[in-house]
Amino acid sequence: MHTYILRRILLMFPTLLGAVTLIFLLMRLLPGDVALYMLGSSESSEVNVAALQQIRQELGLDKPLIVQYGSWLWSAALLDFGNSYWTRQPVVEELKRRYPMTANLAVLSLALGTLIAIPIGVLSAVRQDTLIDYAARVFVIAGLSIPNFWLSILLILGLVHYFNWLPPLDYAPFWVDPWLNLKQLIFPALITGYRLSAVGARMTRSSLLEVLRDDFVRTARAKGLREQIVIFRHALRNALLPVITIIGVELLVLFGGLVVVETVFTIPGIGRFLVDAILHRDYPSIQALVFVFAVFVVGVNLLVDLTYAILDPRIRYT
Amino acid sequence: MRLTGTNVDVLQRPLPQVRLHPELWRQVIRFILRKPLGAVGGLLLLIFMVVAVFAPLLATHDPDLNNYRARISAPSAQHWFGTDDFGRDIYSRVIHGTRLSMYVGVFSTLLGTAIGALAGLVSGFWGGRVDQVIQRCADVMFTIPGLVLAMVIVTMLGPSMLNVILAIAIPRLPNANRVIRATVLAVKESPYVEAARAIGCSAGRIMWRHLLPNVMAPYIVVATASLGSAILVEASLSFLGLGVPPPAPSWGRMLSLEGMRYFETAPWMAIFPGLFISGAVFGANLFGDALRDILDPKLRGR
Repeated sequence: MHTYILRRILLMFPTLLGAVTLIFLLMRLLPGDVALYMLGSSESSEVNVAALQQIRQELGLDKPLIVQYGSWLWSAALLDFGNSYWTRQPVVEELKRRYPMTANLAVLSLALGTLIAIPIGVLSAVRQDTLIDYAARVFVIAGLSIPNFWLSILLILGLVHYFNWLPPLDYAPFWVDPWLNLKQLIFPALITGYRLSAVGARMTRSSLLEVLRDDFVRTARAKGLREQIVIFRHALRNALLPVITIIGVELLVLFGGLVVVETVFTIPGIGRFLVDAILHRDYPSIQALVFVFAVFVVGVNLLVDLTYAILDPRIRYT
Repeated sequence: MRLTGTNVDVLQRPLPQVRLHPELWRQVIRFILRKPLGAVGGLLLLIFMVVAVFAPLLATHDPDLNNYRARISAPSAQHWFGTDDFGRDIYSRVIHGTRLSMYVGVFSTLLGTAIGALAGLVSGFWGGRVDQVIQRCADVMFTIPGLVLAMVIVTMLGPSMLNVILAIAIPRLPNANRVIRATVLAVKESPYVEAARAIGCSAGRIMWRHLLPNVMAPYIVVATASLGSAILVEASLSFLGLGVPPPAPSWGRMLSLEGMRYFETAPWMAIFPGLFISGAVFGANLFGDALRDILDPKLRGR
């Protein structure tokens, strides 16, 4: 088990390196040029060559690719992601200021998503092929189909119209003012949580249906246990493993969703930062953000695999 | 177990090979009887395809025609879905937008899943170092959210129809790759592949004649499931201002936040484009789900 954990942790590094390298190469090798963009043009013939050279030199873009890559990697290893091309401020400071909101939103979405997913999945499986099951399945597929930005717009319009609610202007940490914090983040978290809950409910349903056909469930019923106990104590516990997995996998989509939802709800988090950085071709910020996302995804995947190993005694890695 | 994405094993369990029989009609009718929800999805998808093809005939106005005298007017007999802040007919814009969304969605899905599947075929069949390299690349792509990758690619390549299709296609590679690879790994060991090997078939022939037909069913399932999310990503890119550039009317751009100040007084501007996006993706997802149930006997009857 220990060797397994150690190997998994060591194997994280090549993947992370791959992710930052991919983004680095995409931004350097594809035709878009940040220096041209900063001069407000897309044609190199239109601008002053000297000005172009100067910007490239200032940003260090005139150096050979391998030197740029090496120096970026070296500072990133020391957690220094350079200065933003746009604000000229250190990217790390911006990250530190913005990450609490996104982390808060992500945790809230995850909690809401799971809380909605499991009851719906269980109900759908227990009442298979009834009206409830069909309704639950439509709820699930709608969750996968309705674009989150549209749902956000409708929600905001409804809240503004009926409740005089306004999108939050500032952010209060949960431990400072829980009520204000919830008021600000509950609606965006509901939107991103809906998708999670859809995926989770679908997996709960199919996993529970599979488990309900197992021998031990028949045994539990045969010895006269009440149906609730059979389902919640025996079946559901064994059915939850794939649900954990799928929620871990969906985290990637959750991050994608946060990018959009933060934009609509004007939440100054990491997702919005990424949209701005991409629109401004702010290489250092984009690289830093992709790195942070990748660390989270790889870390969560590791956690999921370890949870798996701990929860399922049949899985033993040596 | 391997690096990231190993825990997606549940998702990537090899789909058993089921041949698509030639008696298509009987199959279709059986599908409708057994999977009513899936049939509804297929029908929805079909309707959107028809609308996309016949958009110029179905539209009642020129989608780009500004008409300042009819700015922001509510749905009426003249303008079925109302007009926007330029007085453009929203019904006609949404209908023409169907064409763009379906075009981008279908082509990016085909491109992304086909290349991904091919890589999975090679990866699974050859194994060894080739497999290692391809799978590590897939691991890397699994760590970056598809929408974010698409945003970076489109920004760097510049906005155009082709670039948007490429940007949506590329994040689709690893998923198709994993599913097809898993199926190939299962099929590879079957007696008929061994027999083909024994009589001296070349690797190319085995892949083309023996493996490819057997991965068609899982490929169709992956591609259909992928279509819905491709349409969603296209809409999200347009919404963020990174989609196919104007004047092409696009569902996502009709919902962009610049319109937010009109949406409160003119909700029809926000409602109809969103309904169309949701409808198309809903259809693709319902259909894809039902297809998976039918083509994957392990889940049959659930």
